[in-house]
Amino acid sequence: MPNAPFTRRDVMLGLSAGAATLALASRPAHATKAEADDLVARLAGGVKPQDGKVRLKLPEIAENGNTVPFTVAVDHPMVEGNYVKAIHVVATDNPAPQVASFHFTPTGKAEVYARLRLAKTQEVRAVAVLSDGTVWEARKEVKVTVGGCGG
Amino acid sequence: MPTPKVKFNESAAKGEVVEVKTMIDHDMESGQRKDAAGKAIARKIINHFAVTLNGKPLFAADLAPAISANPALNFFFTATESGTLDFKWTDDDGSVYALSRAITVT
Repeated sequence: MPNAPFTRRDVMLGLSAGAATLALASRPAHATKAEADDLVARLAGGVKPQDGKVRLKLPEIAENGNTVPFTVAVDHPMVEGNYVKAIHVVATDNPAPQVASFHFTPTGKAEVYARLRLAKTQEVRAVAVLSDGTVWEARKEVKVTVGGCGG
Repeated sequence: MPTPKVKFNESAAKGEVVEVKTMIDHDMESGQRKDAAGKAIARKIINHFAVTLNGKPLFAADLAPAISANPALNFFFTATESGTLDFKWTDDDGSVYALSRAITVT
């Protein structure tokens, strides 16, 4: 902030202009927890995710929210008829909670690496859908020093 | 024109679990940013990535604007047969960036 001596009037004008901008924005700047929950429920096909099997590797502190590397792995076989079909990644407090959906075939191992954007400190969720219909989940809180949504 | 890159062991032993590292240079414009004049910059991202081995699906990903610029995606598969891996990145504007690589399995 510059050190210019603001009058009370300047400040009030600034605040109301800011409020008008916010009111004009057609969508909220960040997803609500309910939106993230709804998305997870949809991706999980209505099945309640159980804790376990999924390992979500993310930094504790992300200095640059524009590029946060992550790895998701699921401790489960990858053989015909018994494999991890999909892993969905959800950022609960981004402008939109979707990050990515990864679709697997019964081969190799259920592990994927990518990099995501985090607008601010928040919880990231990784949801794995298995061929037997069960759904497993891991969550991790990431502290973001500089948010990555650009403005 | 974005240039995709792919790296993996192209001469694998049968049964080996092969890691495939991929990347494509792309801004992944999120649609959330504004230009200097305060106007919203339109979203333009790679929204889909798909890999086939000899025409059969191997791995795919649906990507949202929360994926970082120059999207990197690494995944694994089991080397069972020689052939061709085809990689395809699909852009919001409909462009498809593609790459093919041979694998020899012995």
